Amino acid sequence: MDKIEAKNVDFYYGDFHALKGINITIPNNQVVAFIGPSGCGKSTFLRLFNRMNDLIPGTRLTGEIIIDGQNIYDKSVDVDRLRRNVGMVFQRPNPFPKSIFENVAYGLRVNGIKDKDFIAERVETALKGAALWNEVKDKLKESAYALSGGQQQRLCIARAMAVEPSVLLMDEPASALDPISTAKIEELICELSEQTTVIIVTHSMQQAARVSNKTAFFYLGEMVEYDNTKKIFTHPSKEATQNYITGRFG
Amino acid sequence: MVKFVENELQAIRDEVNDMWKLVYQQLSDACKAVLNVDYYLVDRVVARERRVNAFELKIDSDIEDFIALYNPVAVDLRFSLAMLKINNNLERIGDYADSIARLVVRTELSDAHKQLFAQLKLQETFDAVLKMLRTTYDALQSQDIVMAKSVFEDDDMLDVLNREAIDVLAEYAKQHPDSIKLCLELAAVFRKLERAGDHINNLSEETVFYIDAEVLKHRKNKVDSTSQTDNAE
Repeated sequence: MDKIEAKNVDFYYGDFHALKGINITIPNNQVVAFIGPSGCGKSTFLRLFNRMNDLIPGTRLTGEIIIDGQNIYDKSVDVDRLRRNVGMVFQRPNPFPKSIFENVAYGLRVNGIKDKDFIAERVETALKGAALWNEVKDKLKESAYALSGGQQQRLCIARAMAVEPSVLLMDEPASALDPISTAKIEELICELSEQTTVIIVTHSMQQAARVSNKTAFFYLGEMVEYDNTKKIFTHPSKEATQNYITGRFG
Repeated sequence: MVKFVENELQAIRDEVNDMWKLVYQQLSDACKAVLNVDYYLVDRVVARERRVNAFELKIDSDIEDFIALYNPVAVDLRFSLAMLKINNNLERIGDYADSIARLVVRTELSDAHKQLFAQLKLQETFDAVLKMLRTTYDALQSQDIVMAKSVFEDDDMLDVLNREAIDVLAEYAKQHPDSIKLCLELAAVFRKLERAGDHINNLSEETVFYIDAEVLKHRKNKVDSTSQTDNAE
């Protein structure tokens, strides 16, 4: 079953035509990787799924992006509600200047949940889901800034997962982390896909190959190829894809 | 274009080409050693067999390093895997060349046996195997899939030559019971040439896999790319 469908998507930053005629379907509970050189439009496309680009003045979108059967750019869509359903993790960990516990509880509180037991239970579940619980269970009241970079990134994933989104967007989530932290994040991505659809932008070919079920290659605002990850990394259909993943680009 | 990756790939390509030429030389000399009962060539082939083995280890090691250090994908990964298998198949063909050359010593061949060789079409069989090995090499160099697949038909001819030779040897053994050991040794030579043909088939399959990602293993009809895998073969 398809979770997300993009139909004839074009996107502009002012006069700049950043995305050109993108069509893609993303199945439920799959990990999909977006790859391509810097400036190809993959992060721009990612940010369309929770309307993050709405915050940038002078942008314009044509086409449709449908999540769970609803065009998320329809005027009737509540953007706050959309972003609860479509969480996001960024390249650099961005914990709030609060305690570890409050970071994870934040999304629940802003959604009006006041039941302390419920919040405590959800925080524990989210931290366990992010493979961080054992490392922080005895210091939940300490500042999130006291954690290492890898721990902070897993905290951000726990924060995103605490409100139980059905889609998780990840924009180069491990590019600032060491190999061990990266391995933990990658393992986590695979586990998260059991309960959510994950879309990850990455510059690491190996990471895309390891964690994703499907891969889309973008170049100059166009989606050149989208297929099963095994196919993309063993026998891509397009020469441009092969040149990019083998490092022969340009 | 990443030049250092290209350089690594070219280095592996050059090594495999050198291995190929060495094995071709081995097989060619083994054939001449038998046909001409040339003891000097036997010694050459036996001495060079150690180089074939050393070359195999070197290429295996270099490809392992390349995979570990450069994490190749797509055509580069297919190239690495194909070269690994081509290397191993070449080494086996080298073994057969060594074993065939030693026949001259084992059976104390003499010029008197040349008439039997003619009856057996030994020269034609040697030529067929060498032609297959050369064609596959050329197919890899020119990245020509049609040329690579042409070897499969040559292998069918080799099988026919092999079967005919066994019939001739059986008849010869009946008429010359004192030559049974020689007949068994010569049958083993034909068996080795037939097996060398199978390994050359593998070289062609790997060449096609590298160029076009098409898997031909265990297919009955290897020339028709639409045919399906057939494990019964």
